[in-house]
Amino acid sequence: MAEIRNYTMNFGPQHPAAHGVLRLILELDGETVVRADPHIGLLHRATEKLAESKPFNHSIGYMDRLDYVSMMCNEHAYVRAIEQLIGIAVPKRAQYIRTMFDEITRILNHLLWVGTNGLDLGAMTMFLYAFREREQLMDCYEAVSGARMHATYYRPGGVYRDLPAQMPKRQETRWTKGKDLQRVNAWREGSLLDFLQHFCDDFDSKVDDYETLLTDNRIWKQRTVGIGTVSPERALQLGFSGPMLRGSGVQWDLRKQQPYACYDEVDFDIVVGVNGDCYDRYLVRIEEMRQSNRIIKQCIAWLREHPGTVMPKNFKVVPPTREEMKEDMEAMIHHFKLFTEGYIVPEGETYAAVEAPKGEFGCYLVSDASNKPFRVHLRAPGFVHLSSMHEMLSGHMLADVPAIIGTQDIVLGEIDR
Amino acid sequence: MNETTPSLEQLLQEVLAEHKVSTSCNPIGQLTVTVPVQHWQSVALKLRDDERFAFAQLIDLCGVDYLGYGNDEWETEQATSEGYSRGVDALGPGRFDWAHRPEAAEVENRFAVVVQLLSLQHNRRLRLRCFPPLQPMPLLPSLVEVWNSANWYEREAFDLFGIVFEGHPDLRRILTDYGFVGHPFRKDFPLIGNVTVRYDEEQRRVVYDTVEIEPRVTVPRVVRRDSRYVQPDRSSSGNQEQEA
Repeated sequence: MAEIRNYTMNFGPQHPAAHGVLRLILELDGETVVRADPHIGLLHRATEKLAESKPFNHSIGYMDRLDYVSMMCNEHAYVRAIEQLIGIAVPKRAQYIRTMFDEITRILNHLLWVGTNGLDLGAMTMFLYAFREREQLMDCYEAVSGARMHATYYRPGGVYRDLPAQMPKRQETRWTKGKDLQRVNAWREGSLLDFLQHFCDDFDSKVDDYETLLTDNRIWKQRTVGIGTVSPERALQLGFSGPMLRGSGVQWDLRKQQPYACYDEVDFDIVVGVNGDCYDRYLVRIEEMRQSNRIIKQCIAWLREHPGTVMPKNFKVVPPTREEMKEDMEAMIHHFKLFTEGYIVPEGETYAAVEAPKGEFGCYLVSDASNKPFRVHLRAPGFVHLSSMHEMLSGHMLADVPAIIGTQDIVLGEIDR
Repeated sequence: MNETTPSLEQLLQEVLAEHKVSTSCNPIGQLTVTVPVQHWQSVALKLRDDERFAFAQLIDLCGVDYLGYGNDEWETEQATSEGYSRGVDALGPGRFDWAHRPEAAEVENRFAVVVQLLSLQHNRRLRLRCFPPLQPMPLLPSLVEVWNSANWYEREAFDLFGIVFEGHPDLRRILTDYGFVGHPFRKDFPLIGNVTVRYDEEQRRVVYDTVEIEPRVTVPRVVRRDSRYVQPDRSSSGNQEQEA
């Protein structure tokens, strides 16, 4: 009989199921994966090195482009690190806005995840539904910051500006007019908070819809139950965080354990899985969307009651308004200094972490009392999760590769940085 | 959030006394332990396995290059008659190309490896730091056996800083291109890089060229330590409301 040898296959870097430019070298024994070696770095932009040559504020926009489906959470980690070193206090209203937008971001991320993971495993419809809801939330991003995705909304000290009193309406187009236009604009009569209120009231039923499509779906279960099982011990050892860790049954959520922003004032539950397989991680993410929805509702209620400032009056860090500049020489000088030189962050180092939708997103910041960071290191959850690819894939079939890539919820933007 | 009681610092000094560690606490209560290279692995094992610490997770590991730490490009102590150009003409980080890169300086403690640990049991964080010796190369023991999550982080630190981890099972480059030369996150590596990749129509393949773009950093690096930036009241950081 002829000798049978293992077959080495190249997967990606341009493959729709690779979720970006991921190249996998798979060693196959028949259809079983024996070894998986991810090659990353195809999207490496040296964000951390670029940040070293720019004033602190210039890099906030780069953070959006790391994990480009959970933009504001990345910003949050970075501005928190700066705030910790400067010791600037953030107004409560800004903290609530951040909490709300972190959760909007979480829903955005999980919607994209459930849509694309569904697509990978053959559930095409999920994708269309998920993107319908994403569109509404991206409008919220646009309403506060002017950009649908790369918002640069969080700033050291607070957020760029207060929530708009009027939610922008859709314009008439050739395809959307008359009754259609009225339907599209039905939620947009009031403020951004009114719009979000409408969205939140409706969203739970939308999540129910997703669940009717997938949760008891026979094909979906066949593709996910018992696939990519990770024990809690291994999950800790491999450095997992976020839904990957909770899916394995470890009750750990930075929002609860080490609360930041206003997470200690809102009510929500940590969602934990049991078996640590792809299906449990799916259930965790679905339930997290409901919990996020709960948090957003509480934030809306608080924000309606408590108007106020969203940036502290500290001209050494926070630029003055246009009106102040017209009247006050000091404000003018501060504005000039802030935009030509930036602010100084006192010497020191810190590590600030947030519970991003994918896991713990951390920012290790070293400052040498200058206007630029000396060293920034961004701890991306996807980087650690992807490093476990070999362990999760070994022994699975080739068809499970997209399921496991999908369940890790990786985005190459944050992995390659 | 990362509040550490004085007792943890005392406990660390007590338990790790034989390993000659030094601890420091920053104003926001984050604890850093500096460990000598020869004790790097044994300290890590102790921190993981001792019930009083139980640091089950290695959250992050990264390299730091301290070359040029605290250097500025613009003297701010006194007024001068020179204009803005003195800041723009400087040769600080990001302002030189491959041909004009500074000599790799032999600074003591130039490289550091910084590790962030997390104990879920005690809800605590801890930072470890180690300065590998420079000669013949920055070398320190690998932590992969202690925490498996260190695997790719150590590859990254090797790739970007050229720090070698002894005992790492698979120390390859990870983020840079196949066949890349140099360690790009070192401070003496130009920001614009060295080579650029393009598709050549005549040869009908991808070729490497020397990089064409000019170094362009517009804002000078300024170091200020005046009293204005010293914030006496640290307690107000975090969630408290700022008076308008």
